[in-house]
Amino acid sequence: MSNAQYFLEATYLIASILFVLGLKSLSHPDTARRGMIMAAMGMLAAVLGTLFHPDIHNYLYIAIGLILGSSIGIPMAMVPMTAMPQRTALSHAFGALAASMVGIAEYVIHGANMGGVKMGALGLEVMLGSLTVTGSLVAAAKLQEMMRGTPIMFKGQHFVNLGIFLGMITCLVLWLLNPTTAIYFYIVVGLAFVFGVMLVIPIGAADMPVVMSLLNSYAGLSSAATGFVLGNNVLIIAGTLDGFSGFILSILMCKAMNRSITNVLFGGFGAVVGTETGVAGSMREVGLDDVAVQLAYANQVVFVPGYGMATAQAQHAVRELGNILEERGVAVKYGIHPVAGRMPGHMNVLLAEANVPYSQLYEMEQINPELPSTDVAVVIGANDVVNPDARDNPKSPIAGMPIIEVDRAKSVIVLKRGKGKGFSGLENPLFFKSVTGMLYGDAKSSLTNLAQAVQKV
Amino acid sequence: MNQVLFQPLAMIASMYLFAEKGGGGAERLAFNPAVLIASLYVFALAAFLGYQVISRVPPLLHTPLMSATNAISGISLIGSLVIAGSRYDHHQMLASILGCAAVTSAMINVTGGFLITDRMLKMFRKKEAVKPEGHK
Repeated sequence: MSNAQYFLEATYLIASILFVLGLKSLSHPDTARRGMIMAAMGMLAAVLGTLFHPDIHNYLYIAIGLILGSSIGIPMAMVPMTAMPQRTALSHAFGALAASMVGIAEYVIHGANMGGVKMGALGLEVMLGSLTVTGSLVAAAKLQEMMRGTPIMFKGQHFVNLGIFLGMITCLVLWLLNPTTAIYFYIVVGLAFVFGVMLVIPIGAADMPVVMSLLNSYAGLSSAATGFVLGNNVLIIAGTLDGFSGFILSILMCKAMNRSITNVLFGGFGAVVGTETGVAGSMREVGLDDVAVQLAYANQVVFVPGYGMATAQAQHAVRELGNILEERGVAVKYGIHPVAGRMPGHMNVLLAEANVPYSQLYEMEQINPELPSTDVAVVIGANDVVNPDARDNPKSPIAGMPIIEVDRAKSVIVLKRGKGKGFSGLENPLFFKSVTGMLYGDAKSSLTNLAQAVQKV
Repeated sequence: MNQVLFQPLAMIASMYLFAEKGGGGAERLAFNPAVLIASLYVFALAAFLGYQVISRVPPLLHTPLMSATNAISGISLIGSLVIAGSRYDHHQMLASILGCAAVTSAMINVTGGFLITDRMLKMFRKKEAVKPEGHK
């Protein structure tokens, strides 16, 4: 082993340590930025070290890849924050694509000479990687609304999916038994691509936080498997960290919806037409000036944002209204449900972008005890996460899902585009309660108008 | 043996587990069980560490967490670099092209991932020192 190799291993070890420290720093927003810069340094060290790898003779393809990758990656980092979910789905696709390409290349180069265990890892890597590529692309298309967000279901879908899955596993086993028969390997790759599409099309846009986390997990595990194939520890460590992060997030998201992962993946939620809950009464529409007076004389106002805030790009308008209320001495807080939006933490990022200090962003468990003493709760484009049926009606499809209990506040204002049902097609009894006032219209212009009206009070 | 020496952790594990085999002329490509065992150790410990570290990340930072882990798993770049730059006896063209594609996609995640994570984290502030009076 030459000095160069020791040097290379040292950079990998440093990178591994810096990655862990970087993720650890994410436990608090004050330390997070510095920590991630350290992690980026670790990455730089590992990459620079690898450029001096003794096996590398030709830098042409490396240079092409690095330049091409940077020129796509940098613009992808400049997207508006509202496009974060799509962007993240795309980056899962790229991460998984890199892993499957490495796997395919390893097989092309070494063929059957790798030994059983390594081939097993390689098969797993390529399978997970390929299904994540297409799965993430479908998820990105749904989030970008290039595809309709409602679940795509057809008769016998589960059997078709099961068939594809079993076919994939059978070919993988056949390939492991006959390593020289390359055709099995390529069938596995092809079926994995199809399986990724089939896995994501039946999932509704409202369930995207879970799917995003799962795809994150698959992409990471496929990187970890690459580490097994190449016998490289930093790859195993980074891939495992990524895989587990996604896994933990998907469990958290499922808990926040009181559903199991199988239910999310195979339930086709959102395709069901809302069961009649027999909600009585009518919705009470309120005027802008009424709301402005309520807000202006409140002691505490809690904003509860949902995906509607993101689509209306209303985060800056919320902040402006919040500023004006604070200047009048109103305590302003934001209650954020874990699955509000289309990816974990989606609402937090949007509000942070609009300059809301994170000390005003409250998690569901923190804000719920405060709601009974809140004068006005303002729901901005959120629906299921504030649906009291989840708590009160055991027959509701979302029964048991923890919610932000805005109906316990003294008054609730719901900003809503129109009178129709929400995304999931469920009736929301909150809208019919006597404490609730509905303010129809585009959330952004409603909020801007409210801000002006409050100033006149 | 080269592969075992290639990794400090694998070296330690192999000293314990396969001490009697030391110095054996294992073929470079054949799989060495000591490497597998060491790799499994690394995997298990990384999983445990990941669980400990990541469960402490508050929901506030879940989106940056996702883009950060994404950027970090772009470390598959180092494997791609070796494939794209190595010389092979056969399938040179195919291997180089696959390697080049892998370098490209991994690099997208590395640059894009770290930049956007930083951009997001920059936005999270406690209480703004200066009230954004002239806020757009």
